[in-house]
Amino acid sequence: MSLQVDGAARGGADVPSGGGGGGDGARRRPRSRVRGRPQLYTSYAADQAIWNTPAKRAWTLALVAAVLVLPFLLSRDLTSLLTTVFIFAIGGIGLNLITGYAGQVSLGHAFFMGLGAYTAAVFGGESTDRVVGLGLDMAIWLPLAGIVPAVVGLVVAPLAARVRGLYLAILTLGLVFIGEHVFKEARSITGGAGVGRAPAEPVLFGVDLSGRYHLFGYILSREDVFYFVCFAIFLVMAIAARNLTRSKLGRAFAAVRDRDVAAAVMGVSLRRTKTLAFTISSFYAGIAGALLVLVIGRVTPTSWNLFLSIDFLAVILIGGIATISGSILGAMFVVLMPRLVSELADVVPFISTSPGTGVFSVFQLQTMLFGALIVLFLVLEPRGLYGLWVRARNYWKAWPFSH
Amino acid sequence: MTDAPLLEVADLTLRFGGMTAIDQVSFSVDPGELFAVIGPNGAGKTSIFNCLSGVYRPQAGSMRFGGEELRGRRPDNIARLGMARMFQNIELFENLTVLENLMLGRHQHLRYGTLSALVYAGRAKRSEIENRRVVEDIIDFLEIEAIRRSLVGMLPYGLKKRVELGRALAMAPRLLLLDEPVAGMNVEETEDMARFILDIRTELGVTMIMVEHDMGLVMDIADRVLVLDFGQHIALGPPGQVQSDPAVIKAYLGEAS
Repeated sequence: MSLQVDGAARGGADVPSGGGGGGDGARRRPRSRVRGRPQLYTSYAADQAIWNTPAKRAWTLALVAAVLVLPFLLSRDLTSLLTTVFIFAIGGIGLNLITGYAGQVSLGHAFFMGLGAYTAAVFGGESTDRVVGLGLDMAIWLPLAGIVPAVVGLVVAPLAARVRGLYLAILTLGLVFIGEHVFKEARSITGGAGVGRAPAEPVLFGVDLSGRYHLFGYILSREDVFYFVCFAIFLVMAIAARNLTRSKLGRAFAAVRDRDVAAAVMGVSLRRTKTLAFTISSFYAGIAGALLVLVIGRVTPTSWNLFLSIDFLAVILIGGIATISGSILGAMFVVLMPRLVSELADVVPFISTSPGTGVFSVFQLQTMLFGALIVLFLVLEPRGLYGLWVRARNYWKAWPFSH
Repeated sequence: MTDAPLLEVADLTLRFGGMTAIDQVSFSVDPGELFAVIGPNGAGKTSIFNCLSGVYRPQAGSMRFGGEELRGRRPDNIARLGMARMFQNIELFENLTVLENLMLGRHQHLRYGTLSALVYAGRAKRSEIENRRVVEDIIDFLEIEAIRRSLVGMLPYGLKKRVELGRALAMAPRLLLLDEPVAGMNVEETEDMARFILDIRTELGVTMIMVEHDMGLVMDIADRVLVLDFGQHIALGPPGQVQSDPAVIKAYLGEAS
């Protein structure tokens, strides 16, 4: 046996050893698929793929198809709500990379989102007598909305890499408060407290995304167009994140999270890994922030506060720590749950939709449910919605045998 | 073995406040040697390992590894020089699978950047597959094929030790530090581990330093033994000679009154 890489010598005959053990031990998938042996792999490439079983491929395709059809069936406000899901998923994935995978608790997510939103507004917004704006194309301001927060993350990271756990949480909490203050005072950029400014103009390669378009006789509203754009961005960023997590960097993140001393002895540079996690996470946050204001419209600088950070912590706690698909589930849950509750309020008698009447209002109920669910998930299923999915999957895999 | 020593430790001194954990210890390890460090509890054996791998910062002395001074280097830097290590209390990444743990051992051999990782094509993919082959060879070598996909946290103690050995081997080290590889193992597991250690030496030619309390194992397989007591060097030589050294007997059994 040799411990050196000699890819050329052993070239194409890419057959893993062992594997004859049957069941989970066998992991070869012949090119001509063997039915009923989804985990039979014949190459390491097939084993390491994201969609490594036929079932995963089929379900993903079905989901993408459903997502593409949905806006034609839903009302405009529901389409906008789903757009928000994509945006929250982007932000949630960003937070999950740093907090879930790399184990560095960050409460500063809202700050980086705000930074992204204002970068976008400055480069893509229109200049008025109150605020500056360069009115550039979305192809320029969108990457910048990620890059500027990433650079700020890179600057903060050396400080953050020195502390961990509770101390890191407090340090990043400080970022949110500094950010809120700076955003309030920098009136020519943010519009100032209580006023805010208009977001960047969504003009991509000269095409105005806020217009209406005709497609095969169907009128695409502004909401529909934006839905598809956000879905595309989300898809690219989610796949990139999944790639990162199955690469050596994703493993390094997890190693730093689980045992940092052992990680260092394995040759993983702690400083470099933490810095990278901060930078990438801030990039995702910035993009999410820039897109979020496009859906919401005008926001005041105080919106980028601790509560937004906590919303994103809820996304990853409810969805599932250290999973990309969990972040997506969590985003769906956090965005859609309040809407669901307010729809239910019309049916359930003792909930009022206006303050001051009934036992408690729908807003109180939303907040209470939110808190209760975080507690319940932490206690009962720390792996979140993803964990529930794994349980259900394992149950059906073995069905009807219970052991 | 006419080569220069792979590792030369001279006058290594480590203090924790007023307590001297390692007191001017010197030794050298030749390429291909299986060197053992023994001593009663608190003798400073693991502290020597922690100094070598950069976890502790010794106050004085030098540690030259293949001509490079180790003092002042960070642990990840030392790892890249070709030093791997097994820990006394298992330090595996419990939430990862056996495969991922071993791939982490390959970390420094996977050469691709962040952007390549985000796309996961070309260089990144090739590098992952090449290194996966190496890891699969180690899995075969240690006979842990069946637990490839298991989360390390779920494995029994003996297998965890074996996985940790695998992770250290995956680094393709020049020097392997084994901190009590058979502590807490039954006779059968100890025999298995001893066989792996001997195979690593003969098949892979990896130089090893072993800290161990199982005297039977040390006397059977080590080439030379360094004995420490309260951080001080009290004997160094082949197992047979060390065993009958009066200073060693005194350290272990105390003085006859």
